[in-house]
Amino acid sequence: MNGLFDTLFGALGRATLFLGQVIGGLPGLLPRPRLVIQQVYAVGVLSMIIVIISGLFVGMVLGLQGYNTLARFGAAESLGVIVALSLIRELGPVLTALLFAGRAGSSIAAEIGLMKTTEQLSAMEMMAVDPIKRVIGPRFIASVIAVPLLTFILTAIGIFGGHLIGVSLLGVDAGAYWGQIQNTVEFREDIFQGLIIKSLVFGVLVGWIAVYQGYTADPTSEGVSRATTHTVVISSLAVLGMDFILTGLLFSGV
Amino acid sequence: MASPDQAAPAVRVDNISFARGRHTIYEDVSLTIPRGRITAIMGPSGCGKTTLLKMFSGQLRPRTGTVEVFGKQVPQLSRGELYTLRKRMGMLFQSGALLTDLNVYENIAFPLREHTRLNEALIRQMVLMKLELVGLRGARELMPEELSGGMARRVALARAIALDPDMIMYDEPFVGLDPISMGAIVRLIRLMNDALGLTSVVVSHDVPEVTSIADYCYILANGRIMGEGTPEALADSDSEWVRQFMHGESDGPVPFHYPAADLAEDML
Amino acid sequence: MQTRLMELTVGLFVCLGLAALLIMTLQVSTDNGMRGGETYTVIARFENTGSLRSRAPVTLAGVRVGRVGNIRINPQTFDAEVELIISSQYDFMPDDTGASIYTSGLLGEQYIALEPGGSPNNLEDGDRLRFTQSALVLERLIGQFLSSMGQD
Repeated sequence: MNGLFDTLFGALGRATLFLGQVIGGLPGLLPRPRLVIQQVYAVGVLSMIIVIISGLFVGMVLGLQGYNTLARFGAAESLGVIVALSLIRELGPVLTALLFAGRAGSSIAAEIGLMKTTEQLSAMEMMAVDPIKRVIGPRFIASVIAVPLLTFILTAIGIFGGHLIGVSLLGVDAGAYWGQIQNTVEFREDIFQGLIIKSLVFGVLVGWIAVYQGYTADPTSEGVSRATTHTVVISSLAVLGMDFILTGLLFSGV
Repeated sequence: MASPDQAAPAVRVDNISFARGRHTIYEDVSLTIPRGRITAIMGPSGCGKTTLLKMFSGQLRPRTGTVEVFGKQVPQLSRGELYTLRKRMGMLFQSGALLTDLNVYENIAFPLREHTRLNEALIRQMVLMKLELVGLRGARELMPEELSGGMARRVALARAIALDPDMIMYDEPFVGLDPISMGAIVRLIRLMNDALGLTSVVVSHDVPEVTSIADYCYILANGRIMGEGTPEALADSDSEWVRQFMHGESDGPVPFHYPAADLAEDML
Repeated sequence: MQTRLMELTVGLFVCLGLAALLIMTLQVSTDNGMRGGETYTVIARFENTGSLRSRAPVTLAGVRVGRVGNIRINPQTFDAEVELIISSQYDFMPDDTGASIYTSGLLGEQYIALEPGGSPNNLEDGDRLRFTQSALVLERLIGQFLSSMGQD
């Protein structure tokens, strides 16, 4: 029991110190934006396809399910609200973060772990280049940039997917679909607190877990594969848990 | 400052001990590495030769004792001072440790881009010069995965000297090479030392190659220095242990058999 | 060349993400004039607010002009006092405007509809609405209906 306690809090403490180091090194990237752009490409642009497709399907499913339920109460006009609110407040940020953890987080962890295994990080140290600034920092900040952008894309596409099913296929009035959305969704409560804050927090969370797992991976092939798995598992749990906390904090007053 | 500094050894290690967990790696090891010479540190696998190099570069700290490199007490340096010191050292890793996402040219340009504000034309000149030195100017467009083990090590060598260091450390430079690549590396180590006036530290257990180039050898085993001297002196050493190591005999003070109970007892 | 292409796609990606956010901000959400100086608040007193909640829409002739702010109880009269936060662009409402609580659709949320009167003076910040009509409570309606049946 004591051992578990130690492991848990020890790991959290080390990860937090590590995050501090990473953030401390970020200003050094300002004169070299190309390092970050490269990583935004690797984690963001390359995740776009999966995010767009997922968003479309999720929106379409929400449209279908929502319509079936709402039509029973004669409230099919509210379909837009159901789709938009569930996407903006919950599904958009959470789903994107989970997809990102699987698609990009795992590859960040694997890449850093492999660089450690092949002594590339040591070699940088020996060349007086701090790998935390040169390797870890860009990947971390790229996650923080990419996750919100991917979330916006997924959410917008999802609402459009709901429109596709609800309006084009099932015949909900387009004016009602968008009008109800506009009447209900508010900028500060929903878009800002739901979408923007949540996705930013998730970006920090997944990026942090991925770089930490990669950086502390055992320099063996099992170590790297364990780091990859841990990244996906821990980030998924962390995202879902954090989502609960954030929802409680942000929407409790409403 | 020049003359006393020049006379002082590049590295002076005094009475260090080091342990990993409960496993003692060194006890009271002292050695000096003179400037401008090739010094070899030999010993059986797992005796902590690489650990010693990591102490020179400050990646590890000894439990007790002092490590002095170019007149600086390495374990007491701050991160910034350590990085300044490391710019004066190059290190050749066993695996080469090339950055896999950059091609040969960019790998060698990497330390220059990180530490200098030279323009592209100047960087190109320096990179090509280093590549010419290791004989791989024609391979500059290749990616690391396209290189053979020997070529990768030569590229890594070119990268290690990109910043014109004062000292270069070779970690097992001969392991896993074919005879031709091995010959090339031996020649390069000698060349670097003579042409560039570098201080060289070679960590290896390949006795014939090391004795062919080293000016002075230390033999490290069981956590201490078992013998030191010029390669010739070591070959005729009084110590049976040193002679066994130098001549590669399978049995001697280091027994062939791992300590075990009597065979007859074990089998019955 | 490859770097150029990469930078280009990254730029495109960032633009796409921001465009998605912009679309959602403009097309999907309503700001409801949360920023200071752009709204004015009037107070309406109701006997019964039904299930009216803060943030519910306030409409004039079916057009959304504001939202419901705080709802609190007046301790003297035991009435509900509802803050109506109205966008400043609708500053031309007469001060004898009335407010009623309606339900949108059968099961929809409740909202406040304003009915302008004929006074030459306009509503100003902090004014109280004199004419209000409370929410219809289904049970009370049925009770009234039943008792009027009994009288016959």
